[in-house]
Amino acid sequence: MIDLARMPRRDFLKALGGGILVLVQLPSLHATDLWEEQRGYPTDINAYLHIAEDGRVTLFSGKIEMGQGVMTSLAQMGAEELGVSLDAMTVVMGDTDSCPPDAGTWGSLTTRMFGPAVRTAAAQARLILTDLAAQRLGVPRAQLSVENGVVFVTARPQRRVTYGELARGQRITHTVDEQAVLRTAREFSVMGRSPKRLDGPEKVTGAAKYAADIRRPGMLYARVVRPPAHGARLVSIDTSAAAAVTGVRVVSLEGLVAVLAPDPETAGRALGLVRAQYDVPAPAFDDEGVYDHLVQAAPDARIVEADGDVEAGRGQSARTFDLTYRHPYVAHSPIEPHAALAEWQGGRMTIWASTQNPFGVRAQVARELGLSAEAVRVVTPFVGGGFGGKSANQQTLEAARLAQAAGRPVQVAWTREEEFFFDTFDPAAVVHIVSGVDASGRLTTWDCQVYGAGERGSQLLYEVPNRRVRVYGGVGYGAPGAQGYHPFGVGPWRAPGANTNRFAAESQMDAMASAAGVDPLEFRLRNTRDPRLLRVLRAAADTFGWQPAVAPRGGGRGRGVACGTDAGAYVAHMAEVTVDAAGQVRVERVVCAQDMGLVVNPDGARMQIEGGVMMGLGYALAEELRFRGGDVLDRNFDTYHPPRFSWLPRIETVLVPNDDLAPQGGGEPAIICVGAVVANAVFDATGSRVLRLPLTPERVLAGIRRT
Amino acid sequence: MTDSIRFRLNGRPVTLDADGTRTLLWVLRTDLELTGTKYGCGMGLCGACTVLLDGRAVRSCQTDLAAVGGHEVTTIEGLAQGGRLHALQQAFHDHGGYQCGYCTPGMILGAQSLLSEHPRPSRQQIIDGMEGHLCRCAAHQRIVAAIEAVAGNGGGHD
Repeated sequence: MIDLARMPRRDFLKALGGGILVLVQLPSLHATDLWEEQRGYPTDINAYLHIAEDGRVTLFSGKIEMGQGVMTSLAQMGAEELGVSLDAMTVVMGDTDSCPPDAGTWGSLTTRMFGPAVRTAAAQARLILTDLAAQRLGVPRAQLSVENGVVFVTARPQRRVTYGELARGQRITHTVDEQAVLRTAREFSVMGRSPKRLDGPEKVTGAAKYAADIRRPGMLYARVVRPPAHGARLVSIDTSAAAAVTGVRVVSLEGLVAVLAPDPETAGRALGLVRAQYDVPAPAFDDEGVYDHLVQAAPDARIVEADGDVEAGRGQSARTFDLTYRHPYVAHSPIEPHAALAEWQGGRMTIWASTQNPFGVRAQVARELGLSAEAVRVVTPFVGGGFGGKSANQQTLEAARLAQAAGRPVQVAWTREEEFFFDTFDPAAVVHIVSGVDASGRLTTWDCQVYGAGERGSQLLYEVPNRRVRVYGGVGYGAPGAQGYHPFGVGPWRAPGANTNRFAAESQMDAMASAAGVDPLEFRLRNTRDPRLLRVLRAAADTFGWQPAVAPRGGGRGRGVACGTDAGAYVAHMAEVTVDAAGQVRVERVVCAQDMGLVVNPDGARMQIEGGVMMGLGYALAEELRFRGGDVLDRNFDTYHPPRFSWLPRIETVLVPNDDLAPQGGGEPAIICVGAVVANAVFDATGSRVLRLPLTPERVLAGIRRT
Repeated sequence: MTDSIRFRLNGRPVTLDADGTRTLLWVLRTDLELTGTKYGCGMGLCGACTVLLDGRAVRSCQTDLAAVGGHEVTTIEGLAQGGRLHALQQAFHDHGGYQCGYCTPGMILGAQSLLSEHPRPSRQQIIDGMEGHLCRCAAHQRIVAAIEAVAGNGGGHD
C-alpha cells in the first residue's frame, strides 16, 4: 500500500476535496525503458482517477499532448471502463505536482503502456461505485447496471443513483495493485469510436496555450548569447552596449550569458549589441564525409540477432547482393520551437515547458540547481509538436537558471535558428547488408551492419536460415562534439532508427526481388510466415489494387512496396510515383495498412498514419541537414524543406482488424517504411536504385544516367 | 521613437503608443496578449504567424506595426462571432485538420484569405494558396478536406 502521508503530492490530494480517488500501482504496466531506469524514476504509481462530488471525472496523466491525440483516447479509455460519457471526463496532463510520475511521452507507449493503467483505474472505480450503490439501494451488485454515470437496478431502472451522489461525502482513496477485468471490444460504447478530439475547440480558436504563451507578472524575455558552431569556445565577450539599452539586464552565469528585457524585440536588439569572440575548432568532417567517419569511428558491434552461418549461406546462394545505404542527419523542426517560462518564488521553481518529459525536466532542473525534486514543479501546456526532439530540454534549464539569477519570471523561447542549432537530430547512419537468394527466390543469407542508427527496425521479418545483425552504437552513441562520434546532439526522431533500418532492409529486399525476376510483393510473401505481416501486405495490396509485375517497369511511373513492424504494430506501405526528366520525384498515392491491435480511436489512428506518411516524405525526398564540423548550415525553412501542401499524395489508410490483441503503438509505425517505399517505387519507374536518402533530383538523375 | 498608431483589431478600435518599427507579431503576443498568433520561423517562411490585414493574409513576423495604422487586423481570436465557431474553425475541428494545433491559427486565417479571394477554389488553388504554411504533424490531407468542405461541394474543378 502507498503511505499517503509520505506522498509529496498530499497537498494536491487535499485540494481535490471529497470524492473517490483511485490510484493504480502496477509494476507490470511500466515500460522497461532504459532511460527510465537511468534516470531513476519512481515507479510506484501509474495513474490517478478522481470522481468528484459533482460526478465529474478527472484523469491525471504524466503524459503530454503534442498532437498525437492521446488526451482524447485516454479519456475514451477511462470513460469506457468507468461507464460515463466522454464529456464527463477531464484530462490533466504533464503537471508534476498533480500527475503520477511518468518516464516521458515517446516510443508510442502512451496507449500501449499507460492505457492499461487508465482502464484498470476506471474499471476499479466502477466496482467501488457499484458497491456503494449496492449498499445505498439495498440490492446485490450483480443486480445493478451502469450507464452514463448512473447506477441502476437492472430490472427496475427507476431505482437509480448517480456517481456524483455516490461520491458525495466520501473521502475514499483506493489503491489497485492487480489488473482489473476489462471490457471486451464487443461491449465497447466509447472505445473503438471516433469522437471529435477534446482539444479541438481550443486549438481552432487560438485559446490553446503553449509554453511561450504563458504570461506571468513582471516576466522578462531572454535571448541567450550563442556560439557560431558546436564546440566553439568563448574567448572574450563585451556586453556593455547591450546592458546600456533601457530596460535590459545582462545575466552572466557559468556557460550561460543572456540579455533579459521586458519584451522579446528589445531582448533581440540587445543581443545584437553583444560582442563575443570564439575559438572555433577546425571542422573534422561535413555532411559528405560523415559516412566514412561513422564507419571508421564506430564502437564495437553488438550482435542483436544471429542464426546459422552467414558465410555458408553465401555459398548456398544463386546470387548475392552487397549494398550500402546512407541516411543523413534530419531535423525534428516542430513548428513550435522549444520554449520555457520559469518562475522562482519562495524557494520553489515553477517551469511551464514545451517538453515530452516533464518529470525528466523536474529531475534535471532539481539536480542542476541543487534543489529537491519537490521544490520544482513542471507544468506542460499543449506541446506544438515533438517527434522525439522535445525529450531534450536544454531551454528549461536555461530559463530556470536565469529566473533564479534575475529574481523575476524569465521566458526562454528559442528562435528557429536556435531550434535548428540545438536540435538533437536524427543521427546520420550507414547500413551495410550482404544477402543472398537461391534459385527459387528464397532468402539464403542476411548479414546486416548498422552504424549510427541503432537496432530499432533492423529485426528480420523474413525467414532466413543464415542471419546476423550487428549494431555499432545506439541512436545516441558517443558524446557529441568536434572530437565525438557526432558533431552535435542527436537523439530519438519519430521511431528512432527504424526509418533508416527499414529503408535499408526493404530496399535490399526489392533489389533481390528484381534480380530474381519475382514481383516485389510476391517476393516478400514467399519469404515470410509471420501471419500479421502477411495480413497487412495483403490488405495493402487489396486497397492499392496491386497487379503482379517484375520491377523495374520504367517509363517514369512506378509503384513500390515496403513493410515493417514497430511499437507492436505491423505496417505495409504501397506507393505510386512519377519521376520527371529532371529527376524530380512526385509521390502520387500512398496506401498504408496497419495492424495495431485493438484500435481505441479509429479516426485518431488514421490521422497518425496520414501524418506519418506525409512527414515521412520529407526524409524520403528532401530533408538532409547540411553542416561543416560543428557549424549547422541549415538554420531555417529557406534551405531546409519539410513537406508542403504541393507534395500531398492521395493517402489511404487501412486498419487491419485485430481486436484480440491489446492496443499497440500508433504514433510511429506508419512513418518507418516511407523512405523505402518511395525508393522502391522510384526504382520501378526508372530502373535506378538510390541508396542514399533523401532522393533528391540530383541523386535520382545520377542513378538514371548510370543505368 | 513612439508613435500613436490607430487601427481596428478584431472589430474594435485600438490606439497604441508604440514605436512604429516594431513587429506586429510581438506587439500582438506581448503588448496585447493575443497569443493565438504564433512564432514559427521569423522569416515569413512557415505561416504560423499569419493574421488578416483588411481580410488578406499577411505574415505578422514580417509586418511593421506602422503598416497596420488605419487598417483592420483580424487574429484567430477575432474569427468566431457571437460565441459560434467560424465555418473554417468548425471544419478544421470536424475534419481533424490539426494535430498539435500550433500551426492551426495561421492555417485557418490563410484559408480564410484564400476563400475570400477564391470562394470556390479548385483543389490546385487550395494547394497553391496554402503552400506557404508548414504543418510538421503533416495533417495536410485533412486541412485540404476542411477547406474544400467550407468551399462547398468539395470545391470547384481545375
